Amino acid sequence: MLIEITLNGKTVKAEVAADTTLYDFVREHGCYSVKCGCETSNCGLCTVFLEDKPVLSCSVLAVRADHCRVTTLEGLQEEAGEFVTFIADQGAEQCGFCNPGFVMNALALFRENPYPKEEEIKEFLSGNLCRCSGYEGQLRGILNFLESMKQKEAEG
Amino acid sequence: MITIQNYRKAESLSEAYELNQKKSNRIIGGMMWMRMGNAKINTAIDLAGLGLDELEETDGEFRIGCMVTLRQLETHQGFYAYTSGCAKEALRHIVGVQFRNLATVGGSIYGRYGFSDVLTLFLALDSYAELYKGGIVPLKDYAARKYDRDILVRIIVKKKPVTMFYEAIRITETDLPVLTCAVARFAENNSFLVSIGARPGRAILVEDKENIFAEGVYEASIQKFSEYAKATVPTESNMRGSAEYRSHLVGVVVKRALMELYMKDE
Amino acid sequence: MRAVNKAIRKKDAMELLLGKPVYTEDIAPKDCLVVKLLRSPHANALIREIKTDIALKVPGIEAIYTYKDIDQNGKRFTCAGQTYPEPSPYDRLLLDRHVRFVGDPVAIVAGVDEHSVDKAVKLIKTEYEVLEPVLDFRTAKDNRVLVHPEENWEALCPVGADNKRNLCAHDESSDGDIDKVLAECDIVLDRTYHTKACQQSMMETFRTFCTIDTYGRLHVVSSTQIVFHCRRIISHALGISPSKIRVTKPRIGGGFGAKQTSVSEIYPAFVTWKTKKPSMIVFSREESLTASSPRHEMQMHVRLGATKDGIVKGIDLYTLSNTGAYGEHGPTTVGLTGHKSIPLYGKAEAFRFVSDVVYTNVMSAGAYRGYGATQGLFAVESAVNELADMLRMDPFELRFKNIIKEGDVMPAYYGQVNTSCALDRCLAKVKEMIRWNEKYPMRMVSKTKARFVGMGMAMQGSGISNVDVGSATLKLNDEGVYTMNIGAADMGTGCDTILAQIAAEVLECSTEDISVFGADTDSSPYDSGSYASSTTYVTGKAVEQCALELRARIEKLGARLLGCGKEEVSFDGTQVICETEGELRGKSVSLSDIATASMCGNDISLTVTNTHTSPISPPPFMVGAAEVEVDLETGESKVIEYDACVDCGTPVNPNLARIQAEGGILQGIGMTLSENITYSKQGTLYENSFLQYKIPSRMDIGHINVEFESSYEAAGPFGAKSIGEVVINTPLPAITDALSHAAGKRFYELPITPEQIMMAKNSSEA
Repeated sequence: MLIEITLNGKTVKAEVAADTTLYDFVREHGCYSVKCGCETSNCGLCTVFLEDKPVLSCSVLAVRADHCRVTTLEGLQEEAGEFVTFIADQGAEQCGFCNPGFVMNALALFRENPYPKEEEIKEFLSGNLCRCSGYEGQLRGILNFLESMKQKEAEG
Repeated sequence: MITIQNYRKAESLSEAYELNQKKSNRIIGGMMWMRMGNAKINTAIDLAGLGLDELEETDGEFRIGCMVTLRQLETHQGFYAYTSGCAKEALRHIVGVQFRNLATVGGSIYGRYGFSDVLTLFLALDSYAELYKGGIVPLKDYAARKYDRDILVRIIVKKKPVTMFYEAIRITETDLPVLTCAVARFAENNSFLVSIGARPGRAILVEDKENIFAEGVYEASIQKFSEYAKATVPTESNMRGSAEYRSHLVGVVVKRALMELYMKDE
Repeated sequence: MRAVNKAIRKKDAMELLLGKPVYTEDIAPKDCLVVKLLRSPHANALIREIKTDIALKVPGIEAIYTYKDIDQNGKRFTCAGQTYPEPSPYDRLLLDRHVRFVGDPVAIVAGVDEHSVDKAVKLIKTEYEVLEPVLDFRTAKDNRVLVHPEENWEALCPVGADNKRNLCAHDESSDGDIDKVLAECDIVLDRTYHTKACQQSMMETFRTFCTIDTYGRLHVVSSTQIVFHCRRIISHALGISPSKIRVTKPRIGGGFGAKQTSVSEIYPAFVTWKTKKPSMIVFSREESLTASSPRHEMQMHVRLGATKDGIVKGIDLYTLSNTGAYGEHGPTTVGLTGHKSIPLYGKAEAFRFVSDVVYTNVMSAGAYRGYGATQGLFAVESAVNELADMLRMDPFELRFKNIIKEGDVMPAYYGQVNTSCALDRCLAKVKEMIRWNEKYPMRMVSKTKARFVGMGMAMQGSGISNVDVGSATLKLNDEGVYTMNIGAADMGTGCDTILAQIAAEVLECSTEDISVFGADTDSSPYDSGSYASSTTYVTGKAVEQCALELRARIEKLGARLLGCGKEEVSFDGTQVICETEGELRGKSVSLSDIATASMCGNDISLTVTNTHTSPISPPPFMVGAAEVEVDLETGESKVIEYDACVDCGTPVNPNLARIQAEGGILQGIGMTLSENITYSKQGTLYENSFLQYKIPSRMDIGHINVEFESSYEAAGPFGAKSIGEVVINTPLPAITDALSHAAGKRFYELPITPEQIMMAKNSSEA
């Protein structure tokens, strides 16, 4: 089937099989930030935005994204740029394999809820597994980032 | 990995229904866990684009299209308020936001999964399944049915003054539940519905067949009813828990729910 | 100090966080053949017949290999990443006619795409002669069913292995007269503990791609902790010279020991060597959970003797370890159960430690963070916690009375002296952090919920003494910046950065001025690899020495350029200055100019390689305490606070040390509460996905707080010891003690699920 997806702002037309996943599609089109960690929709590594909503690209048929906007971390380098420095300052990126999915979903959280509380952060990101960090350093990074955003806002 | 030969975005429910009569075809919901199965699907029928992703609230009811995602349901303010926050409580433990942005209400209810928090929740409300051919049937009946090739179009919840309680027991916070329990206390006739899921079989309603509450709902009768539920709700063993443990939990959560709904103010 | 003990960013942090393509699968050639394995559905079987003719006809299939392509009487090998001669027995063939667990490879299929390979895998017709399996490791020793009956099985080291008894290893060690000491004790606890084959569950599953390079050699690019061992293992598996093989690691998506075994490499290596075409294998999560290298399941029988005032006088430990179908890391992991638990109790007058490692028909085990110490410490620390209960003594007080001190000789740790130890300070710190006196043993927080606290101690090693080798090459480049080449593997831990910090400290430069490259068998200096908590301590010391030598060379060339003797100059990181009296005093030459001069008419090499090994393995120490909230009616439990204090010597990078601790603690929590391993009666593993094998999510933990109390280890770089492994050990006994108090009944097996808590509580109240 011929589909047309707006991938990171660029129109991509491609012939895909009915059972091609969006995960395979975006990687085939150069978006290597998107990773796969399981076959059971559990890990969150493959998170992309489908029409601005974070979804598991391993569980979306590419044909279902026909005529939709799909965004991966490759398309959000600027939006992610400042936030991730706070994670780096904790050393919480560790092996890095879960990072793109985690960063994508964190950005989705901030878009929906700019100043989430700790429990809201944990709940929103609970579908992003990380085996290295114990999550604590990621949480510190997020809280520091939010604090800096608040300060910036206060300074106008 | 499920294999799919063809994909068809249905232009009408009648087209979807016709296609779905063929055994090798299948209506797709959220497509969660598609990488797990080995099924071979000839034509995957997509109901997206038929306006079934809407959750309408009217004065008398909630009309929840089968393509409404669990995340839509979880974040719908009217439904949240109506269920005393239980909609969120029942859904927030399901894997993660990205999962719930895909998983659909129709997929959860049609699947009638034993572990379904969604089915447990709806079953305790005055809920109906709207089927394309079969018309509107009480969810309780639909939940007990065998799988057929009709289309689950939407779930309808009739609004009645209600307060609700929901609790699920899990080994980890985002795991499938060991047991689920939803209880709704309706203002009219002072009646209530108790639904127990993840027994691990499909969720069922616990009815007061012994008229334990004939004399009213108070601590002693709640205790008696919870023991009755513990003794009568069928449970089995699986990886997440034994039948014995599940039965213990039935007693605990039924009591908790009724105490919370009836005794909190007294 | 300018670079060491500084919480600087990991060198690769921004690239990783912004999702750059730096992992194995991201950099593989697009035309790689897809390699998949047909796996055995039986726990023990002989392949009677295998037919591939139909499968080979699937369009796109390049090759299918079976046991028929492998000399069944050839030399066996081990996939364990260990220094040669490996203690792990040589018990594997690339493909074996005898399959020994559900998941053992039966055929290798290579084709142009996933679709054709999947199809071909299904079309291979295999007939099995199904044999009776040995599934319960308690019955394996001297069982009439042998997992490895073959004659070409071989043990290279004297580890007490005997394939005709299903024995992968046997060992005994002791000091003092344990029977006499225990006979004289007021109390002797006699308890048996059981832990399961938990999974490392790194987010990136096993994966490898291979190509043939310009020189016709096999280039293996793999997510591995052990490039050099990998080269040898592949050479054994393929029967080709290691000179024909190059192994490179790119970024690794986590390892935790899993990738200290060559789990995936040999299959695409074989395909590419045979076909001369690039190929890649990517393990599914199911394969990673069912056919890999998890922790060894162990049963530990502890006899612990003490006086009535709480002095531990003797420990007698028997450990039975289940290595599964193959012996990777079997003989070595078991040793840590005793050697890294018993020494904590410095007043003991005797110990005995006996171990058996047995073969069974389940997935082979491997190396997982903690490497046996985790299991042993669960047993010994749990026994000590139970002793505290019996004596009605506070568990902290009991520890204060007994712990090993700096300078003590540790008979159960090969007689090594405890050269650096802040265990006492760690104890005091954790007691304060968790506010133990207010919380022990429990407090109610609602009608149905209560919070219980428990604690545990741990130690580990820092590298394998007299075995592990660490090396570094440092080179001065244009403009006075350095490159450092290492054979150790950064698997996310940050060793590229940590080792650069050590070099920067010596060379008095910024860590940013040191580019790091590693690891590659062709170009990196030899390193055993990143395991056994060795990298910071062993390779780090090699880096320190290497940088010192490079400093000396810089001074030598600088002096020559200045026209004075090398004793007359000093180097301050940016320039070499003449310091002696006379007309040259104060004259200097910049590092940049020295670098330029080194490239013209120069015979002083500004490339230095240094290699280090250590005769001792100084233990890091740790204390941890858990506060666990328990629903007294449902048995649900959650760790709401975990406080820990680590003595890893000098933390070279406090941020990265902290994350190691936090991550390790959560893995320990998972092992204690939810990560289960169960088998069907036929030997099929049930927990074969993340849907069933439940690692903690961020909702499963309240907060983890980590502090450091540092001793100074003179043998380590700038006083550093290790941290990577010790951190996983304390949650097991700490949480178990808390939950035992919640249930009113002690637990001896992990994981402890809500059901077990509830059922134990119901039975203890009945």
